[in-house]
Amino acid sequence: MNSAGLIVFDALLLLSIVGLAWASLATTDVRRSIILFMALGLVLAVAWGRLLAPDVALAEAAIGAGLSGALLLAAAHGQPSPLPPESTNAPRNHGAAGMGMVLRWAITLLCAALAGTLVWALLHAFSNPQHDMLPRAISANLAASGVSNPVTAVLLNFRAYDTLLELAVLLTAVLGTFALGQATPGYRPAGLVFDGLVRWLVPVLILTAGYLLWAGAHAPGGAFQAGATLAAAGVVLRLAGRTRIGLPVGFMLRMIMAAGVGVFLLVGLTLLLLGRPFLGYPPAWAGSLILMIETAAMFSIAATLLLAFLGGQPESTDVNAVANRQREEDPRC
Amino acid sequence: MINILSSILILAGVFFYLAGSIGLLRLPDLYSRLHALTKADNLGLGLLIAGVALQSQDLLIMLKLLLVWLSVLAASATSAHLIARQARRQETGS
Repeated sequence: MNSAGLIVFDALLLLSIVGLAWASLATTDVRRSIILFMALGLVLAVAWGRLLAPDVALAEAAIGAGLSGALLLAAAHGQPSPLPPESTNAPRNHGAAGMGMVLRWAITLLCAALAGTLVWALLHAFSNPQHDMLPRAISANLAASGVSNPVTAVLLNFRAYDTLLELAVLLTAVLGTFALGQATPGYRPAGLVFDGLVRWLVPVLILTAGYLLWAGAHAPGGAFQAGATLAAAGVVLRLAGRTRIGLPVGFMLRMIMAAGVGVFLLVGLTLLLLGRPFLGYPPAWAGSLILMIETAAMFSIAATLLLAFLGGQPESTDVNAVANRQREEDPRC
Repeated sequence: MINILSSILILAGVFFYLAGSIGLLRLPDLYSRLHALTKADNLGLGLLIAGVALQSQDLLIMLKLLLVWLSVLAASATSAHLIARQARRQETGS
């Protein structure tokens, strides 16, 4: 590969990241800002790919660009459009603008401080003669982790605590979504063209999610990427106006929401009872245990993201009502 | 030989992307912009993928690249249709 060409490519990549980030913040049109943010996510995914971090690239493309964009657009859709400036009285408007300015500068300063700390930590880490200690420790113990993908080994074995707590954060978030009450009714049913796309795209998305989950053991992939892909299938179904988007209702939904944290904790506590450290898998069982936890986590993550997109509990908890409505809409049933 | 052929395909793909982007920036209304963007970019992506597939020399990778192209074709054709229909609805006020 031509290294001069790559440097030009990297420079363009960096410029478009900073440019898109700036454009996304500078515009006052919310929808334009969201679309620029999604483009930023895609370019960031390419940047992660250039840094040889395909796991992060996949997660950034699926969650950062795709699902976050869908979430933000859905949130913007529910917002009342802001009043034109002349219709609000001047002093209040000035106060709000002043507040916005203060807030904007505070956020900028905090971000700059965070970026500075990160640069300092990175320089500190690289000036340490033993900066490759952790990667070497991971490769040395990879055989005992139960998987051959070092990223999955770190996430689900060596630093399983972190992932457990991440799933707990997601569970807290989905409880917040549940507190919002019933979700708004869905979109109108899709026309022929979109419906035709949905009919083959959704099965392909489900298949891809299963593949990503399975591949996580030995190649880039895993529960987060798989869960995001599965949630994307639900988002597509909702956008197409389907009443059923793959979410169960009532007790089953609650079980799926809690499955990730639940299975994780169950595995950890069982190991404690058997006299091993919390989440210290026996090497012979590690592969199966990781797959079990990741499968549960995938369903929880998918349900969490989809519920966040819905913005509340699924519309009808009455299965008969949903079935009736579907029969009315679709005469073939 | 293969290198030359794949370079020609990739350059042709880049040309269509460039044309599509210029069309997106310069054409007067939404429908023609949409037309330029989806038609030219779909062809550009096809040529780009053909060029990259020649480089890979691996049937499985070629099939995956073909799948990428087909998915993008379906997705971009559908989204172009949706955007155009929405714009038409807003115009006619129905």
